[in-house]
Amino acid sequence: MNQWEVVIGIETHAQLATVTKIFSGASTAFGAEPNTQACAVDLALPGVLPVLNKKAVECAIRFGLAIGAEVAQKSVFARKNYFYPDLPKGYQISQMDLPVVVGGNITLQVGQGDKAYEKVVRLTRAHLEEDAGKSLHEDFHGKSGIDLNRAGTPLLEIVSEPDMRSSDEAVAYAKSLHALVRWIGICDGNMQEGSFRCDANVSVRPKGQAEFGTRREIKNLNSFRFLKEAIDFEVQWQINEIEEGRKIQQATVLFDPDSGETRMMRSKEDAHDYRYFPDPDLLPLVISPDWIARVKGELPELPGQMRERFVHELGLSTYDATTLTASQEMAAYFEAAVAIAGKANAKPCANWVMVDLAARLNKDGKELAESPVAAPQLAGLILRIADNTISNNIAKKVFEALWNGEGTTADEVIEKQGLKQITDSSAIEALVDEVLAANQGNVAEFKAGKEKAFNALVGQVMKAAKGKANPQQVNDLLRAKLAG
Amino acid sequence: MSLTLEQVQRIAHLARIEVSESEALTTQGHLNGIFELIEQMQAVDTRGVEPMAHAQDVSQRLRDDIVSEADRRAAFQAVAPETEAGLYLVPKVIE
Repeated sequence: MNQWEVVIGIETHAQLATVTKIFSGASTAFGAEPNTQACAVDLALPGVLPVLNKKAVECAIRFGLAIGAEVAQKSVFARKNYFYPDLPKGYQISQMDLPVVVGGNITLQVGQGDKAYEKVVRLTRAHLEEDAGKSLHEDFHGKSGIDLNRAGTPLLEIVSEPDMRSSDEAVAYAKSLHALVRWIGICDGNMQEGSFRCDANVSVRPKGQAEFGTRREIKNLNSFRFLKEAIDFEVQWQINEIEEGRKIQQATVLFDPDSGETRMMRSKEDAHDYRYFPDPDLLPLVISPDWIARVKGELPELPGQMRERFVHELGLSTYDATTLTASQEMAAYFEAAVAIAGKANAKPCANWVMVDLAARLNKDGKELAESPVAAPQLAGLILRIADNTISNNIAKKVFEALWNGEGTTADEVIEKQGLKQITDSSAIEALVDEVLAANQGNVAEFKAGKEKAFNALVGQVMKAAKGKANPQQVNDLLRAKLAG
Repeated sequence: MSLTLEQVQRIAHLARIEVSESEALTTQGHLNGIFELIEQMQAVDTRGVEPMAHAQDVSQRLRDDIVSEADRRAAFQAVAPETEAGLYLVPKVIE
């Protein structure tokens, strides 16, 4: 495995957040009765003509601007010819030679904690196209059923360069892209409904070799987990093939989530010959500099810009800033907490959001949007830690209480459950004296130079205080007493 | 450049057009005639000329993203060869 390098490029189909289709005025709402949202254009009835949806173009412009790409002032729609019953025209309208978005890149963070690193993935292009309908292969007396509601739904196909070198990088890329399209509001990102699906081009080559190996394309991966599993299986399969003296043949494969394996769908010999040509029904798409400027003015602050701001204005590490801007929901939650807790508490806010809150959400399988603890509640809790009303340990208890609805604010929980930290030094001193008297053994050990014995004493005092003493204060008092 | 008979048959297959051996030969002649014409055109110096995507020098008009098509499934399916449960039925396809 170690002498092999993995090379991955990803093509993503993002369904654009329009209410109508790319070339017709039929609705794109999900889940309608079959064929009730398939109009004459979608059905390819004779004589119909496509009329391009302005919003779909605007989504493409937004995306191009968000990734620092060139938005083509002139792009051309082409026919991609193939026969399949869910594509009634006999061709898909797509873009080939002149796509609407060219170039650009995405910065992602791979891995977590100390092992995290940044990576820039270059994008080749993004183009507009229409989706096909759905074929249902259940038994209709030996026939297939066709639902054309999805036919003509606008898609942005986003193509990356083969820049990724592991399944982890591929997943990090897909997640970043997923967050970005939602962030800029061009795609709802619903993977179960197929709004965001990835194809992975995978090859392996001996480390140090300049040429790429022969690639196989894994089609239609609709979850991050499947993306990772499919690539891991495919990589191992390719390495085994080569090590056993066989050559990789270019092919398209499907991933079977049940077996965890990829299997061949078609070989290069059967590859479709799509015979692209410019669609005579559509004129060139011209995007004026004015339009691009207007869309640029409407863009929200982008994850990259927000990350820079978090580092420079709030003093967060790049890692924290990148993690917090991984999704708009998380960034908004964090910002709402900081707005109340203050910039001075930005770092504790970051930690609580990224660590405690994330872990608690994970435990209950909840999304951030469903968090029982809202940002102002968390901020209120962080303020009480900052002003020494409670220790970090007690704060975890208060957080749990807020999570379970045992109070609406941290102050209320602290008050009701009597969790306020004991800061009266005479009260703590009394506890320290008690513990010292009862634990002569530990005192002797400490005096003999055993630092561990000190920690045991701190623990005893904290226990006696039911966790409500300020640990630093306990430390200081103990040191002073023991030194005396 | 000229097409072989095999290439003609491949193109016919891709276009789902059934051609007999003799039709393929005739078609090969026609297509090669077109290729000769293309060859003549390719002799013209087109450096600096932008490739043309459409015969008219106008750009695409755009439509606002507003639903304008009502459900007309019943009318469309009344003329379909076969339907069931709102679906169009076609000969079985499994790729």
